[in-house]
Amino acid sequence: MHDSRATTSAGSTPVGSTHGSTQVMTADHEAHNPALLHHFADAQQQKNAASLGMWLFLVTEIMFFGGMFCAYLIYRLAHFNAFAAGSQQLNIWMGGVNTAVLIVSSVTVVLAVKAAEAGKRKLLTGYLVVTVLLGMTFLVIKGFEYAEKFEKHHVPGPTFNFTEKFDDNGKQIPVNPKEAELFFSLYFAMTGMHALHMIIGCGLFSTLAVLAWKGHYTTNYFTPIENAGLYWHLVDIIWIYLFPLLYLISRHT
Amino acid sequence: MATTTVIPATPAPKLNYLNNGHTLKSWLLTTDHKRIALLYLVSVTAMFMLGGFFAMLIRLELLTPQGDLMQADTYNKVFTMHGMIMVFFFLVPVVPAVLGNFLVPLMVGAKDLAFPRINLLSWYLYVAGGLLFLHCMLNGGVDTGWTFYTPYSTVGSNTNVIEAGLAIFLAGFSSIFTGLNFIVTVHRMRAPGLTWGRLPLFIWSNYATALVMILGTPVLAITIVLVAVERSFHLGIFDPNLGGDPLLFQHLFWFYSHPAVYIMILPSMGVISEVIACFTRKRVFGYKFVALSSVAIAVFGFLVWAHHMFVAGISLYAALVFSFLSFSVGVPSAVKVFNWTATLYKGSITYATPMLYAFGFIGLFTIGGLTGLMLATIGINVHVTDTYFVIAHFHYIMVGGALMGYLGGLHFWWPKITGRMYPEAWAKLSAMFVFFGFNLTFFPQFILGYLGMPRRYWQYPPEFQVLNVLSTAGASVLAVGYLLPMIYLLWSLRYGPIAGDNPWGAAGLEWKTTSPPPTFNFDETPVVTWEAYNYDEIPEPKELEAPVAR
Repeated sequence: MHDSRATTSAGSTPVGSTHGSTQVMTADHEAHNPALLHHFADAQQQKNAASLGMWLFLVTEIMFFGGMFCAYLIYRLAHFNAFAAGSQQLNIWMGGVNTAVLIVSSVTVVLAVKAAEAGKRKLLTGYLVVTVLLGMTFLVIKGFEYAEKFEKHHVPGPTFNFTEKFDDNGKQIPVNPKEAELFFSLYFAMTGMHALHMIIGCGLFSTLAVLAWKGHYTTNYFTPIENAGLYWHLVDIIWIYLFPLLYLISRHT
Repeated sequence: MATTTVIPATPAPKLNYLNNGHTLKSWLLTTDHKRIALLYLVSVTAMFMLGGFFAMLIRLELLTPQGDLMQADTYNKVFTMHGMIMVFFFLVPVVPAVLGNFLVPLMVGAKDLAFPRINLLSWYLYVAGGLLFLHCMLNGGVDTGWTFYTPYSTVGSNTNVIEAGLAIFLAGFSSIFTGLNFIVTVHRMRAPGLTWGRLPLFIWSNYATALVMILGTPVLAITIVLVAVERSFHLGIFDPNLGGDPLLFQHLFWFYSHPAVYIMILPSMGVISEVIACFTRKRVFGYKFVALSSVAIAVFGFLVWAHHMFVAGISLYAALVFSFLSFSVGVPSAVKVFNWTATLYKGSITYATPMLYAFGFIGLFTIGGLTGLMLATIGINVHVTDTYFVIAHFHYIMVGGALMGYLGGLHFWWPKITGRMYPEAWAKLSAMFVFFGFNLTFFPQFILGYLGMPRRYWQYPPEFQVLNVLSTAGASVLAVGYLLPMIYLLWSLRYGPIAGDNPWGAAGLEWKTTSPPPTFNFDETPVVTWEAYNYDEIPEPKELEAPVAR
């Protein structure tokens, strides 16, 4: 944008309120900002570009998951009872705890960004590490949940076996096992793709933690923390949608 | 005097992006958008040759009514390879990744795209996808058709569907990253004074294309992933035996693959706008409407996908809605064609090679577009579904439109890219080969389709032979038209006349820097104080037709 070029000094404007006291910003410093890539006019332009780029990437992620949500919507309507029966077989405790774990991890991400703004290196590293640990906790619990599915033969494929009925307020309604298998197909496709994103997120945040510990990020430059945080929040939000759609659709009994 | 005279040494050539480093590493690890554009040019051309090779096999097989060159199974693989290569590895990337990559930063007055490293990554993803596809091809190929229709692709075919799918998945992410880079660059990197209303129409159309890329491609990606997991883990998402629905696959597939048509045609439309403005020496008539029609095409393009499925079992009500919406895409497309034509009116027209391609584009795109409206009419569609009428229609758009635009653009910006002119006479000759060869190849296919010849068959009743022979003959002419530019453009790299910075006297920031441009495009960040296409303020070059050879 031409307005960001016009205000060359904008890049040296302190982002966090606590920053002004620790560093003196000069135009000279701006010229030597090691994080400023050559093709940008100033740090503000670079930050704006990175931020817009990340938001656009999140849009592509939404479209990516959107295909599966669309499939879910159609099949939920087509095989209403079978989906309810399948949903009743999911482990609501593990799912619930995982939801809580993810929400807490989003809080630690926000705190990490705040710490980066304030230039608190150790605190920043700490929050990043906690976030990774929470992400791994989620994945471990998810692993136990998958194991349970294997034991109950609820994994789609030749060994799939579904004899459970749909419990509709105490009324036991038999369902077509093929349709229940479709529910579990979607369950594994959606949670599996989500878990893959969690694994990528954990790798990303581990890298950030190492870089943060080495003092790579300053009050002037912590865009990667913010952008990785956006990614983490999106992956959380996708889970926030997955949890009710998969676990809670038939819990009124 | 003689003792002091210094024989003038050859002046050191100005440092530009081409002579700034000659090692292999300086190319393969470059983050310069111009070098990446050339990397794309080479790889995309290689894929085009391969796709063209399969096209020739198809045309040779169809020369006679019997299946004498190959049998049904081989033929299935050949047309699948042709389609997949041409769509995913040539038409989708060609104009954005080659011309767009080169020109977008130059046209907005930036030093590079917003994310140069992601740009390089995107080329590597493309190459990885391409190599994987080659591997798949050498291991027997795929026979599903480029559309991957289920349940054949999930439970029927025993060819390498997963590998081909993965290759296209990678190419898709290459396309997503290119689109993302373009959008951020246009939003954040424009030179001072270059408002949205002053952007070249090439930028507008690439911006609209980028929107389609980032919104549509992820849906194709997940669809392919679902096909792959369904094949490998027996999930039943598209399998009617397991309660799934093959129609859902078609919906998801065409949700991307119909807009993908606009990924292919929109950038070429941008090229045509630039070329027509330059060679009529006029501002494009109705600039704002042409600019916004690109965005309108991108938006409407997302609402018409089910016109590929009229006979697949969707409800008549849905078919009526999608038929109506498909007609609505005709409006912004027509806006473009009418405005280009209006730009010609009272223009000072020069029949340079890029302009010949532009004329070809307008005529052929119009035929392709109007037959598209015929196909959007449910009654006709039911009659000609899966016949050569459809083949002819989309080749008029893809080859007659997108590819002609690309060739026109390549000639137009060749002096900027390489610093040298191509040989005008040869270029005109090959443009003629392309135009007449194209029409001879594909016009008979309209008739064939209307008479009822179905697509994707390796043999046909003898009464169709005459038209098929015409088509194959046309394909040979077309092949000459494509091979000639490869030869004379390579020749021009060494022997072409030096072009100068602005050989066409064209408007646009890319012509204000040297040819070839320096690594960081501009010595000083340009400040734009003029409107787009201010041709009344730019003197027309005298020797436009034949630049002096030196």
